[in-house]
Amino acid sequence: MNAISYNFAYLDEQTKREIRRALLKALAIPGHQVPFASREMPLARGWGTGGMQVTAAVIGRDDVLKVIDQGADDTTNAVSIRQFFGRVAGVRTTTRTEEATLIQTRHRIPETPLRPGQIMVYQVPQPEPLWRLEPSRAETRRLHALAEYGIMHVKLYEDIARHGRITLAYDYPVLVHGRYVMSPSPIPAFDNPKLHRSPAIHLFGAGREKRIYAVPPYTDVVSLAFEDHPFRPWKAEAACALCGSTDTYLDEIVIDDRGTRRYVCSDTDWCERRRAQGRPV
Amino acid sequence: MTETPLLRVRNLSVRFGALAAVDGVSFDLWSGEVVALVGESGSGKTTLLRSIHGFIPPTAGSILYRSDRFGEVELTHLDEPRRRLLARTEWGFVHQNPRDGLRLSHSAGANVGERLMGAGARHWGTIRAQALAWLDRVEIDPGRIDDLPRTFSGGMQQRLQIARVLVTKPRLVLMDEPTGGLDVSVQARLLDLLRRLVAELGLSVILVTHDLGVARLLAQRILVMQRGRVVEAGLTDQVLDDPQHPYSQLLVSSVLVA
Ligand SMILES: Nc1ncnc2c1ncn2[C@@H]1O[C@H](COP(=O)(O)OP(=O)(O)OP(=O)(O)O)[C@@H](O)[C@H]1O
Ligand SMILES: [Mg+2]
Ligand SMILES: [Zn+2]
Repeated sequence: MNAISYNFAYLDEQTKREIRRALLKALAIPGHQVPFASREMPLARGWGTGGMQVTAAVIGRDDVLKVIDQGADDTTNAVSIRQFFGRVAGVRTTTRTEEATLIQTRHRIPETPLRPGQIMVYQVPQPEPLWRLEPSRAETRRLHALAEYGIMHVKLYEDIARHGRITLAYDYPVLVHGRYVMSPSPIPAFDNPKLHRSPAIHLFGAGREKRIYAVPPYTDVVSLAFEDHPFRPWKAEAACALCGSTDTYLDEIVIDDRGTRRYVCSDTDWCERRRAQGRPV
Repeated sequence: MTETPLLRVRNLSVRFGALAAVDGVSFDLWSGEVVALVGESGSGKTTLLRSIHGFIPPTAGSILYRSDRFGEVELTHLDEPRRRLLARTEWGFVHQNPRDGLRLSHSAGANVGERLMGAGARHWGTIRAQALAWLDRVEIDPGRIDDLPRTFSGGMQQRLQIARVLVTKPRLVLMDEPTGGLDVSVQARLLDLLRRLVAELGLSVILVTHDLGVARLLAQRILVMQRGRVVEAGLTDQVLDDPQHPYSQLLVSSVLVA
């Protein structure tokens, strides 16, 4: 440890209390965006300061923290956030989903099913699902307040008109608890069903946009769609080249300089564990 | 037969600071009727129309509307959720500039479908079929359904706006100079179309225009506005052929001269 001493989990207690108040309100109104006074964190913006503030506000000494970026535990971003909380909160860290009590993520929900008591924290760049359709902040607030979500379907209507099906693969809008339309952070649509009636707590923090929202345990989270074009999350028609999984979300990677491509699990923890269980291809 | 008017406007005023843009206006609109608001530039026509729709809050007066959903409602006191629900189901507003009434970065089909989706339609094929039928009905080639409105001519944009407004079959349609920015030949075609649609759908319309020819063609009654007030009201032919108020006389004679 160096000479500078931080408060536990970096933020001061007053700030953490404010964030927790916003989180409680967000949990009480599932899917509703609650404003909060976003603070600077010792990380460049765009690198998940919203998620880090939420993590700092809820982490306790007994927590076990996992941090993933695009499904991987070993990217620079994931490693530095994990080390940061190891240092300022002295908590145990892990790469194993089932060991973690707190999982901060960008882009993925783990393949290992979540269990009651676990908390997911999402780093959100753009919390407003209506932002491309309605530029005015005042108007989007009004649309949410009145549950006027017709324009959300305009986007999906056009996708089907152009491609014959819904091709939206990321940041696919959901209706939470039958009331608020929510942007599930830039997770792949493939992960949306994992939010539906999940036993875990899901907390979303958008630092730049100063918004917090949440999905409490066992809440309905339904992906928007049409009756005759139901939600069908896209996934590569392939098996993981490392562990053979056919039901996980796969990343396409180039493995040599001739452009040969292979598919591997985006969730590195899941993939390693499956191989360790002796089920390689 | 219904015994009460669809809309009853009473002593309606809209002030902008010291200016009384609309000054104690009263009139009725009956179901299935087209009323034209005429008057020179700045006489308060647009302000009156926008305050009836709820875009601008009136300073004084009352507006009673007979709603399918809610029965008789006082629009100046109606809560916002219900007012907006009426605006996207029972009413329609046609802007003079179609760009104000369209989503320019979304396809023609999406523009027409949006109101259906806003009213709860969730079957893509049905929404698509209705958009195609409405494009045809307003004389736009249905083959253009996936094109952006900015690739349309001014007349086509205006017809698209009309399709977008009428697709949910509103009862009350407010139109602000719908033929205003168009060439004369394009205007004539649009007027024919409007006349046909108003008759087919049995629409009740308040039509702002300063073209008395448009008023004569579409409206059964005329309100003449001057400096925020209605100075003459009556059947279209009466007002145009035998105007009583000096200002109406001036308005009618200036058209004859022009
Ligand atoms: N938002 C506003 N703020 C201040 N004054 C306004 C506003 N809107 C309109 N006015 C004024 O109110 C008066 C009536 O304007 P309005 O646009 O209703 O006239 P109009 O009859 O529709 O004219 P035109 O035929 O030119 O469209 C004008 O003097 C106008 O300058
Ligand atoms: Mg005007
Ligand atoms: Zn794998």
